[in-house]
This record gives sequence, C-alpha cells and structure tokens, in this order.
Amino acid sequence: MHPAFSVIFLTTLIGAAQGLFLALFTAQSYAAFKLLPQPDAHAFYGQGSLLALVLLVAGLVASFFHLGHPERAWRTATKWRTSWLSREVIVLPAFMGVVFLYGLAHWLDWHPVLMTLPGGLPVDPSAILGVAGTVLAFALFICTAMIYACLKFLAEWHSPLTVINYILLGGASGFTLAAAFAAATAPELVGFLAGWAAIITVLALFGRGASLVRNARLKPKSTLQTAIGIKHPKIAQKTQGFMGGSFNTREFFHGQPVAVLRGVKWFFLLAVFPVPLLFQLSGMHGGFGLLLTAFVVQYAGLLAERWYFFAQANHPQNLYYQSIA
Amino acid sequence: MTQLALVIDLNVCVGCQACVTSCKEWNTSGSAGPMVDQNPYGADPTGTFFNRVQTFEVGEFPNTETVHFPKSRPHCVEPPCVPVCPTGASYKRKEDGIVLVDYDKCIGCKYCSWACPYGARELDEQQQVMKKCTLCVDRIYDMSMVEADRKPSCVKACPTSARLFGDIHDPESAVSLAIRESGGYPLMPEWGTHPANHYLPRRKTRIKIHEDELERADNPLKVDRQLPRPAMSEPTLDDVTTW
Amino acid sequence: MQAASTSIPSVQEVKNTTCYMCACRCGIRVHLRDGVVRYIDGNPDHPLNKGVICAKGSSGIMKQYSPARLLKPLKRKAGAERGAGEFEEIEWDEVFATLAERLGKIRATDPKKFALFTGRDQMQALTGMFARQFGTPNYAAHGGFCSVNMAAGMIYTVGGACWEFGGPDLDRAKLFVMIGTAEDHHSNPLKIALSKFKRDGGRFISINPVRTGYSAIADEWVPIRPGTDGALLLAIIHEIIATGLYDRDFLVKYSNAGQLINAKETSDEFGFFVRTEVPTEEACYEPQDKLWWDRTTNRAVLTHKPGADPYLLGEFTLADGTPVKPAFQLLNERVKDYTPEWASQITGIPAESIRRLAHEMGVTARDQKIELPIAWTDSWGNEHDTVTGNPVAFHAMRGLAAHSNGFQTIRAMAILMSLLGTIDRPGGFRHKAPFPRPIPPCARTPNDPRAVQPNRPLDGMALGWPSDPDDLFVNDDGSPVRIDKAFSWEYPLSVHGLMHNAITNAWRGDPYRIDTLLIFMANMAWNSTMNTAEVRQMLNDKAEDGEYKIPFLVVCDAFHSEMTAFADLILPDTTYLERHDVMSMLDRPISEFDGPVDSVRIPVVPVSGDCKPFQEVLIELGTRLKLPAFVTKEGERKFRDYPDFVVNWESEPGSGIGFLAGWRGKGGEKSLRGEPNPNQWEMYQKNNCVFHYELPKSYQYMRNWNKGYLEWSQRNRITRYAEPILIHIYSEVLQRFRGAAQGRGLTRKPPEHLKKRIDTYFDPLPFYYDTLEAQVTDKHKYPLAAVTQRPMAMYHSWDSQNAWLRQIHTHNYLYVNALTARQQGIADGDWIWVESQWGKVRCMARHSEAVEPGTVWTWNAIGKAAGAWNLTPDANESQKGFLLNHLISEELPGAGARVSNSDPITGQAAWYDVRVRIYKVGAGETAAGLQNTSPQFEPMKPYPGMKTRSSILAYLGIKPK
Repeated sequence: MHPAFSVIFLTTLIGAAQGLFLALFTAQSYAAFKLLPQPDAHAFYGQGSLLALVLLVAGLVASFFHLGHPERAWRTATKWRTSWLSREVIVLPAFMGVVFLYGLAHWLDWHPVLMTLPGGLPVDPSAILGVAGTVLAFALFICTAMIYACLKFLAEWHSPLTVINYILLGGASGFTLAAAFAAATAPELVGFLAGWAAIITVLALFGRGASLVRNARLKPKSTLQTAIGIKHPKIAQKTQGFMGGSFNTREFFHGQPVAVLRGVKWFFLLAVFPVPLLFQLSGMHGGFGLLLTAFVVQYAGLLAERWYFFAQANHPQNLYYQSIA
Repeated sequence: MTQLALVIDLNVCVGCQACVTSCKEWNTSGSAGPMVDQNPYGADPTGTFFNRVQTFEVGEFPNTETVHFPKSRPHCVEPPCVPVCPTGASYKRKEDGIVLVDYDKCIGCKYCSWACPYGARELDEQQQVMKKCTLCVDRIYDMSMVEADRKPSCVKACPTSARLFGDIHDPESAVSLAIRESGGYPLMPEWGTHPANHYLPRRKTRIKIHEDELERADNPLKVDRQLPRPAMSEPTLDDVTTW
Repeated sequence: MQAASTSIPSVQEVKNTTCYMCACRCGIRVHLRDGVVRYIDGNPDHPLNKGVICAKGSSGIMKQYSPARLLKPLKRKAGAERGAGEFEEIEWDEVFATLAERLGKIRATDPKKFALFTGRDQMQALTGMFARQFGTPNYAAHGGFCSVNMAAGMIYTVGGACWEFGGPDLDRAKLFVMIGTAEDHHSNPLKIALSKFKRDGGRFISINPVRTGYSAIADEWVPIRPGTDGALLLAIIHEIIATGLYDRDFLVKYSNAGQLINAKETSDEFGFFVRTEVPTEEACYEPQDKLWWDRTTNRAVLTHKPGADPYLLGEFTLADGTPVKPAFQLLNERVKDYTPEWASQITGIPAESIRRLAHEMGVTARDQKIELPIAWTDSWGNEHDTVTGNPVAFHAMRGLAAHSNGFQTIRAMAILMSLLGTIDRPGGFRHKAPFPRPIPPCARTPNDPRAVQPNRPLDGMALGWPSDPDDLFVNDDGSPVRIDKAFSWEYPLSVHGLMHNAITNAWRGDPYRIDTLLIFMANMAWNSTMNTAEVRQMLNDKAEDGEYKIPFLVVCDAFHSEMTAFADLILPDTTYLERHDVMSMLDRPISEFDGPVDSVRIPVVPVSGDCKPFQEVLIELGTRLKLPAFVTKEGERKFRDYPDFVVNWESEPGSGIGFLAGWRGKGGEKSLRGEPNPNQWEMYQKNNCVFHYELPKSYQYMRNWNKGYLEWSQRNRITRYAEPILIHIYSEVLQRFRGAAQGRGLTRKPPEHLKKRIDTYFDPLPFYYDTLEAQVTDKHKYPLAAVTQRPMAMYHSWDSQNAWLRQIHTHNYLYVNALTARQQGIADGDWIWVESQWGKVRCMARHSEAVEPGTVWTWNAIGKAAGAWNLTPDANESQKGFLLNHLISEELPGAGARVSNSDPITGQAAWYDVRVRIYKVGAGETAAGLQNTSPQFEPMKPYPGMKTRSSILAYLGIKPK
C-alpha cells in the first residue's frame, strides 16, 4: 500500500496519546492504592492530559488531510454498525472528551468522593473518568487497528497481531512519553513509568517481531492465475491499460525499491525497541533528557514502523498492475 | 433477486479498447461524471476510467497465448467495499445488485478501495470522491431510449460482442446460459466476494485430418497427370516375336 | 452519484453521420447537448458497423475539441526559417489570392511543377480530379506507402482485393487464415465477423511474426519471419498441388490455369498465351481467344468450348510445332522446388506445420463444401442451380504488402485462394462493388509526356492500371514523367504512386524540380515518411541562390502535426464532424458483399474557428483557376460549394454518373445512375447517411463470371464490358514487361540499367526472393527484422494526441523476444540502441514471448516530436516514445542508381524490410539526463490562433461557461 503520511501521523500520535493517558491513569491507580507516591496532580495529571489532548488533536488534524471531503467528516459516524472506521470516528472524540474532563478534574482539583469502594477506597470523578478513558483508549486502539486488521485481502494486516501491536506500540510510546513528562513534573514516578515503558517496549518487540515473522511467511492467497482465471504457471503482464499511472498504481504501491523497504525496517527495529530501551533504563532515575530522547527516538521509529506497516501490505489488486507498455 | 452483471468473453476479445473509451465518453458527461483527466496533454497523462483492457502473455514462445483482459468492476454479490464505508456512500442496490457510490456522501477516505481485492474503484482526483462502474445505471433504465440502447455503453460499443449484460440470477438469461455452457468463472473466487461479473475462457477449435483424407478417388491429379505415352514408332514386342 | 450533472440537460439532439476516426467509416449517431457533443455511438441501422463502435470512434469528442486543432490560416513569418514554427494569422482571402496567383502561373507554364499528395485517400474522387483538371501528373494519395501491393497483387490476379474492395466471407467460412498484420482496414466489420466466426465454431489460424490484436484469439498462431510469407505460401501451393487438393473444376472454368502458353524460348511469343487470332479491337478486357489442350480429343481447342476439358498438366505441341504448356503446368514446375522443407529454412516454420496447414486448407475446402440454393448463369451461358462455396477464407493487409517482395507474395496468396476455389464464393473471398474489375482495371495514365500541357487538363488519369509497357508514363528516353517516378520502368505497376519518394525526388531535382507542393493531411515530416530526420532537412534545404529547394510548401491539416512546421502556408482543415464528405463509388466506397454501398458525412457541429474543409478549398481554387470542371463555358463559377458540387457534378453532361449513387434522378427515384437530384443530401440524411443497394441473390456470387451480374454492372455503367474476368494464375501482364526486358515483341523496351531488374521481378508466376533491403544488408551484422504496427485504438487515427486514447498508448517500447533479449544482456525495460545500416534510435525494450525470436517490433506513430500536436515538450510521446522510421531509408543502392526502398513492381514502400541489431546503451549514457529516446528535435511551439491546452480536463459535454 502507499503509506499516507496523514494516516501515519494519525495512528502514531493518537497511539502515543492513548498510551500517555493509560500511563497517567495507571499512575493514579497505583497512587490510589498507595503503591506509588501521590504526585502533583495539578501538574502531572492535568498537564499530562493536556499533552495527550494536544497529541490527539494533532492526530485528528492529520487525519483530515487523508480525506477528499473533510467538511463531510461528520457523516462518518453513521455506519458504526458495520464500519470500524466509523467506530473509530465515534470513539476518538469520545476519548478526547474524557481525556479533557479527566484533565479538567485534576486541574480544578475536583475530587468529591462519589462513593467508596469496599476496602475504603474513595472514588472521585477523576477515577470514574479514568476508567472510562481507559476503556475508550483500548476501544480506540481496537477500532484503529481493526480498520486494518479487518481487511482480509491484506494478509499482512489481517491478524490479531495488528491489534496487539497497535496497543503495545501506542502503549510503549505513551509510557515513554509519560516517563519523560514525569521527569519534569513528577520525578517520584519516573522509575515506575520508565520501568513500565521498558516492559511494554520489550513486549512490543515480541509482538511486532512476531508479525514480521508471520508476514515473511505469508503465501499470497491470490495469484495472477486466480486474478485473471487462467491456469498456466507462466503468465506475464504486458500492458495494464494505461501508461501514465492511475489511482490503482498510486494508492496501492509504495513506489520504493526493496533496499529502501529493508532500510526502513532495520531503522524502526532499532529506533522503536533497543535504542529507546537503553535510554528508558538509563533514565529510570530521573534523567529528563534521556527519557525525552527515548521518546523522540521511539516516536521517529514508530513513524518508520507505520510507514513500513503500510508499505509491506501487498494488496491483491496489485496483481493487475505489474507492467506497462 | 436480480443481480445485473457483465459476462466478458475472453475467447473473442481482441483488445481493441472500445469498451474503455465508450464508457468514458458516456459517463464523463453522465450522472457518474465528470471523469477527470490530469495532464491530458502533458507528461504521464492520467485519468479516471471505469474499465481498462490489459494484456497478458501466457506461456513461452512459441506456445504463447496473448490474452486481452478487460478488467471490469465486478459488482460483487457480497461486496466487501460496502460495509467498510463509514458514511454509507458506498451501497449495493437491492433491486438490481448494482454497487454504487453516492458522491454527495463520499468523504474520499479511500477505505472502500482498500477493501476491494480487484482494485475496482478510482478516486477522482478533482472531485475527490470515489468513482466506479455504474453499469450505466443512467442508461439501462432510461425509458426515453429504445430498448436496444438500454445497455451499458461498453456492451453496446464492443465490436466483437465480447461483453454480455444481464441478470445472472435469472437462470434463463443469456448471461446465465453463457456462464453455464461456456465455463464462465469469477475472478479471485478465493475471497468469497462472489463477483457478479464473470469471464468466459478461451476455447480452441481444431481440425483433425486423417491420412486417408488426403487420398481420394476424385483426386484431380489422376485426371491431370498424364501417364507416359510412348510414340507409335517406338519398338514393341511386335517387332521381335511372332508367338 | 448524481452529484455532477443534475443540472445538465439531457441530450437534445441526435444527428447521424459517418465516422472518420479511421478509414473504416462506420455509421455514427452524434448526441448533442446545447450544440456540444455529449456522446457518439454506433448507428445500429448502418450496414457497416451495425451499431458497434471502436475506441477511436468513441473518442471523437476529444478530437473535435482538441487543443491541437489549427483554427486560423497561417503564413510563415517573413524572415523565419521553415521548421521554426513562426507563423502569422492571415485570412482566407489572402490564402486564395496567393494560391491562385502562384498556381495560375505554374499552370500557364508547366503544370507538373505543382504536386498534390494527400495522406487520406478517401477524397480521391475530388483530389484526383482537381489534379487532373489542373493538368499535373504529380498527384497521389498515400496508397503507395500503405498497402498498394495488396491492391495490385490481388487485382492483377483475381480482379479484386482485400481492402475496401473485398474480403473474407467469415459468415460462411469454416477455416480463416489471417496472414500478417491486418487490423487496419475494415476493422469493425472484421471484428464483428471474427467473433461471430469463432462463436460459430470456425477455426482461425494467424500467421504472423507477432501475436497481438486479432491474432490473440486465433486457434493457432504460426510465428513466421517477416518478409518470408511468399516462401510459406509457395510451399503450401506446392503441397496443395502435390496432394491434389486443388479445386480442378474451378480452375478450369474460372482461371487461365488450363490455357496454353508458348514454350518456345526463341520465339518472340515465348511466355505468352497462344491465341487463335490477333485481337482487332484494343479493348480493356480479355478476349476469349486462347487455347486449351482438350483431354477427350487430345488436341488444342478454344477455351470454354462446350464439352471440352483441358489438361492442366503436361506438355504439348501445336500443329505448327510450337511447344506449349498449360499455365498450371508452369505453376507446378515453379513450385516443384518450393518444398515445405525449403520454406521451413526461410520462414522458421517447421515443415510439418506447413504441410498440415496445406492439408487443413485443402481438405476443408474440398470436404466442407457449401451449396447455396441460388441459381445463376455463367458468362458462357451455362445455368447453375446452386452456388458452391469452399469455406476457406484468407485475409491480409499491410503485413504482406509492406515488403519489397510483397507483390509476388500477394500474387502467391491470391493463387492459393484460387487453387482452393474460393474466389467470390460463399465462405471464401468475396468482392465488393465496384469490384471485380477487368485485369487490370481500365483506367490508364497517359503514356506520353505531351499529355502535360500548359493550361490544359491532363490527358488521362494521374493514376491508372498499366497492362503493358506501352502504358507506362515515361518520356521518350524511358525516364519518368512523374515526380515520384510512378509508372516508370523503375516501378511500372505503381498504381497508387510513390508518395514516400515525392519529397526526396523534388529536393534532389530528380527527375526535375517542382515549385509548389501541396500536402493534405499527411505527416511527411514525421511518421509518414521514411528516413525522417533527413527528410526534415530536405524540406528545409536551400539551393545556392538561397531559395528553398522545394520553393513553396502548402500544408492542409486539421492539427498541429510535425509537417505543418515546415509549411509556408497552412490551411486549417475541419474535423469530420464539421464537414460534408462522400464515400463515393468513384473512390473507396463502403460496399458490402451483397452490393454497392456509399455514404456521406453531414456536419453535426458548426465549423470551428476559421477552418475550412479541404474540399471547399479545392472547389474555390478550381473556380478561381478556371479549371474546366469547376466553371461554365463562360468561365463563371459553376458550383456554390462542395455539397452543390456533389449533387450536380456529372462525369460528363448527362452521364448520370456522379459522386453519389443513391437517390439519383430528379425525385430521387433512381439508383446508381440518374440525373442530379437537388434533394440528394436530405435523402441521405433521412436514411442514416448511407445508400445500400442490395443485389439479387443470383448476382451476389461468382461475379467475375456471373453473366447476370456483369450485365447489370454494365447497364449501370459500373463497368464498360460484361466479359468474364478469368483469374490470372499466370500473369501475362507481368510477362509483357519481362518480355520487353528480354527484347521480345514490339513494345517499348526498358532502359539498359533496368532491364535486369524488370526481367528478374516481372515473373509471370509468383516466386520468392529476399527483400531488396536484405539483399544489400549484412545479415550477420543486422540479424533482426524490425517491424511496426498501429495499435487498434489508434489505427488510422491521424490524431493520436487524443486526450483519452493517448492514456492507453502514451509511449512505445521495442518488443524483443525474451530469449533474444537475454542473449544480448538486455533486461526487461532496459534502454537500448536499435541500429540499422541507415540510422539508430534509442528506446526502451520490453521482453515478449509473443514475438518470433528474429523479429523486434513496436507500435508505430506513438512517438512524436517534442511539442508537436500541442503536447507539452516533456510529454511521454516525445521523451519515451520513438519512431522506427529513422532506421528506414526511403532509397536503396541498386540498379546502377538509387532506387526507392520499394517493391520493384508496384513501388510499395517496404516499411517492414528493415534489418537491425540491438544493444544496451553504454553505462555512461544511462546517467541522468539521458533517460529519453533519441533522436530528439527542437520542440515545436503552438501556433497563433490555437487554443491553450488545459492541465486538467473534466469533460461534461456541456457548453463551456
């Protein structure tokens, strides 16, 4: 497929935002159970939510560049029964709203006890919003990933690994960002967050590695033989019916030589996993610079990862577009 | 339930491209239009077309088949492009099975094109909406036309009548008959999309000549080839013996 | 959907006319909205295309509204060089004043200094007449560089040809053999027929170096080396005769196979038919005064003597001691050594396949006979209850024709068709009116230079059909009268002229210099010329006095073609949708097997800009020059315009013969002949623009010898004589030229340096020879044959700049057999050089399994000069497209002097003879900046008055706001 930068930015930015939010609420939950010191809620949760929101808005803006008619984007909410894209379009603003409210609650220090859990744990609006946000974050991961994973023609995407990896990669980048952010605003949480960031990064390495191994072993279900219905081992396309290109040759091909593809793969394998891991681990004790570097490198790696994710997907329609004359 | 479709006969398609441009000329000025061309007079001209004729070479010299393959938009019975559309712009008509795009609802997200294994859709670069073959829905029901004209433009144009049009769910229709009797097949059946459009394969006619057919009683050589006839004066047995 | 056009009115008007996106001429319906073309489809009521339409016809809209159209008359700017494209707009008044003055002077002094050559040849009735009236012999259409070998080869053999004049009857055929590329003429009818034929279970064999187009759907592809078809056909004839698979009865009755030929080498009559008496009347038909050797009485008798049955084989001696042989015997001797094994070496086709092909043809013809219950009477008065058909049909066009051995190859094919008994019979080859015609047809050029006189029409036709050396149009010393040397000893049967040599000859002043060259719709500075780069220089070349060697060049074209850049004066022509036209019986009508058909074009949209149909230009010029056909005795204008001319012109006063055959007579009640009908155009308009005269069934077959048909044809003045037209298995016409070269007889004799050439090639029986180019080529150095063809989406479409069609064929590759390419280290898509001994081009290669290993090929005329046709200078056509023409020379060394690279008999341009080698471009050459084809030319600029090209096109078929 042709990797569109709008979608690459959309998925990586909101992924990081979702991860960040999950990191914030994880920290809040641990703190609620006294497993972590209580940070400066105002700065860490409030500003952290703002940061997540900024990323979400940026992702949303990027997504508009993907649309031919962004002014009609509102229509996309109508087909949630069948379309994962429609579902994403519903879940994304809902998540943004919850993140906003969650941040607002912390910002305004609005912590009325609404109820008490068995064991005496007080539940305030931020906790409820946090749970709702967590559900929505996971829902959003699933919606986004399922947009790709549901397309059975694109075998590289059509796998539970796609969903797992969207969650893990978004989570990793979000937790890394949270760790870096904590280094600036809540140093007491850095070790915890950086630790989790490292763990998720390692898990993501397994997940993404698994999908790479899987994709390398894929055997295309469609062949030129099934595409044109002629059973002969040797078929070669001579003309595709036009010579100056068409939507079919622009949208479904990355247009890059194999070497570029291989280069991008090795870049993201380094930039998303071992390099950030190094920085995450060495920044465990509060190195803002190290953790920020970890995030920047990992995010850059994720851009490459997402580019590769699209480029590697080989659409069966490409069987019809192999040669011009 | 009616399912309109094209049945394309590879046995007679000579790759003349008539279907390609007659479709373009009808539809660019019709309800599916315009079908925009970029750089129409410059480098790498590219435009929207609803069908293309491609060429494949099958086998190795000298046992090569050149196959002209009119790539059509399949109008699947189970169109994967429809449920993925977030706005409902992409839809399949209940009454005749035609898969259409409502340009007013389309947001140009291209997702439907990803969901189609055949590459049957093209985004119009100017209008930024997804376009595809409509089976000339603005012809086939236009009662101001005579019946013979109420067909897709490509079908009407095709000089070798390689394109048949009709209801594949009606077992008595010409298209159903052709599929049944001439081995019609859908493309990429492995995906279960059940394309309505079908293709008819190449069919070969051979002549078997038996050895004995080359020898006939009425072989004209028997008439024309004179046996050597010696001159009267040449010696004969009469000259040497009396018995 | 619906978004775009809810506010657009539906079609308001449908007008019928005739397509001219190619030479096929289908009936079309043009749907208009606000006067703008919204849709063009095939007219279902038209006999030719029956409602279908091709890719070109469907793209007519893009031709009509093309930015390449010339919209103003243009004059080369004073001081600007030819080819620089510097023009200024002028008005038609100035055009006519300039031309009338210049041409008037030429006509008053030496009319042959005006030459008129036209690319499209379906207006010949008028253009030819204009030239003749002007008095110049220097006129031809593009037939000489198209397919004249097909016309001449078959017409000199069976009296008709595959062309507009006949074709394969696929409705009834069981076996169809197509040889060479033949997608050109009559394309939609052939496509319709081919598909029907296949669906009816017919067997289709394609013999072709390349498998594309129609060949793709053949049941069998027989790859053959280009230019060797003659060897194959002769070997098939060998096998057909050897196995006795010929139709003896047919040959005896309807050909000269049984006629006796003088075999006495010392005789002046050697090689000629023995005649009972010397014909008294010089007439254009063959008197039946020849002899058979009768099997029953074992002596010579007059042919077709009731009860007689001739020997086809054998040697006999006449009473006077003259040794004689039947023509068939000579054919048998000729093909004796043309064995399948021999042909296999030449053609690359296994001998077994050749034998099998012969057997399939022979057995199908013999055992699958058709008997139609149609009674008819032959020329000898014998009544037949049925019409018999031997259902084997052949078709060929340029693939056979465009070789310098094409005439004899096509003779061989026509003879094979005749041996199988398939001429004008169901399932075989069938004629279309006005054919068959006598062999050769009766039209003659003058045979004397004195036919060209100041201020007088030419005394004879500019083009004709020579029957013997005395018909040649030569000076007393045997040198050519015509600028293209047609009808000279160099190319005696050049019945369509040699347009491809006109510019070179005029430039060199050989045989003489001319003053004004008028080119109509022929891209002689690009794809319609050989040796393109040098011909462009010739057009620009000046003599010592600073004057151009071709002093005045007038180009009439509708489009910004490469040729227009060299014009001194450009006349903007209209498109086919803006003009009146006739597909006349006097020219190339669109007749069907069942009878004459002619048709018209009637404008469906107003003329664009200041365009003017070329016909109107000729009528106006003819009137101003006071050419007799265009003015009254008093010198006054006779015709208001072209439509008026078409209605009222008669071949001679009261002849009743005019351009159109339909709705003649005062009230339109007569057909074929009759007084002018003032409402003729309206009547054509009401009848789909077509007139179809269906012959009675009994006149539809066997027309060479069908008494009823021939007399009908004579009554309607389609032909002068109703004599039978026997098939020329043995061509006495050719023998007359050969005899002259051998010094026999009383006719003119060729000049010394051409004697051997005439003696060699004017063989009365078909023979195989290496093409002339191959004879002067080191085949080890140039091992590959290079050929071209036009893609179906562009065949005969003069404006391949069309916005829709050019997306299909934007540039071209050289197709090379994958094995051949790999042996040269050439990968698919590599940049390569293609080199002949005449030049080289750089292009990209494509591997193919559908081409014979000794052949490379490409689509012709996709490549364009940069900027031409109002394409951007970086358009693919010029940067990635290329012309093979640069590799082909228009002349060859030979016969003591330069001769045209043409068939030595007909002057047919030998496009497909060129031999090349290919190799990868050097590593240095592939550096950036060299990724384009070579040669390149200075980009052309748009001219004044042309529309600007848009960078985006959203055609809606509505009036632009």
